[in-house]
Amino acid sequence: MSYADVSFDGRMATVEFRVGERAHITVDSDICRSCTTKDCVHACPAGLFVPTTDGGILFNYEQCFECGTCYQVCNSDGAITWTYPAGGDGVVFRRG
Amino acid sequence: MADKSVTVDAVVVGAGPAGSAAALVLAKAGRDVVIVERGPFPGAKNVYGGVVYGRVLDEIVPQWWTEVPVQRWVTRRSTMLMTPTQALTVDYRTSAWDRPPYNGMTTYRADFDSWLAGKAVAAGARLVTSTVATGLLRDADGRIGGVHTDRSDGDIRARIVIACDGVNSFLAKEAGLLPRTSPAHTTLGVKETLALPREVIDERFGLVGDQGLDIEMVGCTSGVPGGGFLYTNLDTVSVGVVVGLTGLAEAKIRPEELVAGVKTHPAIAPYLRGAELKEYSAHLVPEGGYRAMPRLAIDGMLVAGDAASMCLAAGLWLEGVNFAIGAGLAAGRTAAEAIAAGDTSARGLAGYRRQLESCFVLADHKRLRNAADIVLADRMQRDYPRLACDFVEQVFTVTNPHPKLGMAREFFRAVRLNQVRLRHLAKDGWQAARAFR
Repeated sequence: MSYADVSFDGRMATVEFRVGERAHITVDSDICRSCTTKDCVHACPAGLFVPTTDGGILFNYEQCFECGTCYQVCNSDGAITWTYPAGGDGVVFRRG
Repeated sequence: MADKSVTVDAVVVGAGPAGSAAALVLAKAGRDVVIVERGPFPGAKNVYGGVVYGRVLDEIVPQWWTEVPVQRWVTRRSTMLMTPTQALTVDYRTSAWDRPPYNGMTTYRADFDSWLAGKAVAAGARLVTSTVATGLLRDADGRIGGVHTDRSDGDIRARIVIACDGVNSFLAKEAGLLPRTSPAHTTLGVKETLALPREVIDERFGLVGDQGLDIEMVGCTSGVPGGGFLYTNLDTVSVGVVVGLTGLAEAKIRPEELVAGVKTHPAIAPYLRGAELKEYSAHLVPEGGYRAMPRLAIDGMLVAGDAASMCLAAGLWLEGVNFAIGAGLAAGRTAAEAIAAGDTSARGLAGYRRQLESCFVLADHKRLRNAADIVLADRMQRDYPRLACDFVEQVFTVTNPHPKLGMAREFFRAVRLNQVRLRHLAKDGWQAARAFR
């Protein structure tokens, strides 16, 4: 199997997520607009950070690995508010 | 809400290896202990990168190898130095690792962590899953006295909190022990677990029965400081990379592309032909080691495992689960003694650090405190794998009618070709010898 055989969506579809109602991570796009590096866009292993045309960031919490990469690489204080999903919600690894 | 709260001797946050080990010891000592786990079952949030070393279990589960949920016993271990087109492999196998008490095992954390938590529960600990410890509970004097949880009847009062809440440890951060972020000391592990029939794995990797292989790789991460890994489970193979967050952000390369780079490398691709992706996963690894560790004991609280940066990432040795268990055992013993003595202040808990120093947990970390810097340095990551591969390639390339140059001249030719300075090579060799002594 070559890498090209699995699309990114197909790759994410192999992971179980119990999606909660509350977004456990929020992004303040006003702060992101002044960010020049947008490291979260490249580093997030789930590819959840998408730049918008107005320079902000669109974020989807539903397929989050809860790894913490985004807030660790973020260099703009307060741009990413990071908590855990509610107990029992979120990613469930079977073969981690 | 205080009237609705539960009061126990100890609350352990996180049912990973550290938390379950601590709870097991406390329960065996007859203490009332609750483990709070945010996943629906232990291990649901956890990922590792290759080998669990089990000997630390000897003291709590006699003959643990007869019951541990193992995938394969690692009897073959390879280290690969790579460039995009070359690979130099040092491969070691021994039958000594193929019989009790074994050396290392591969496993799924959902299975392993649930098994160890089950041991704690069997000893009398109470496991509460699907519950997040949202913060520290403090008494009127500001002293830690339990945790808030996200349950409606939520607070758990305890004489001691043992924070085993992982690499992002919000409890250690809330207590002021850890910085909010530390990307320079943190790596990201990204892994794919791929299905192959058991016989195909046996044949491709030269394995029999429940023997397993673990490969560690350097030079396969497109210049981003880190490394790659591949290990065999019973009927899956797990392959991935572990890379520094700072380097990853600077390189602007997607993590899954780095994994793809390993999977399609000419030395790895033939192993994975026809494999089907079963699960993609990612997790952070605290790699700061000894120099980045927080205070481990404060009034009313101990910290263990990834929360205390106890992963050993020292190039040749990549260990974490065993360190978490070792620290959890010491935390459990310390807490049990402190509760019995009626003193869970930092002073009453000071024995924790002493116990860790007198066993492998802090002894290994202290000995290898400079190893990670050397392994992740640019020359070790980029130049030396190339140098080693080119040297070996030249030595084994027959260039008739030209006669052989001889080893020494081939070596200096490879050094020149890769623009490596002998001065740097000597300095790095000396530092590596010191760091790994």
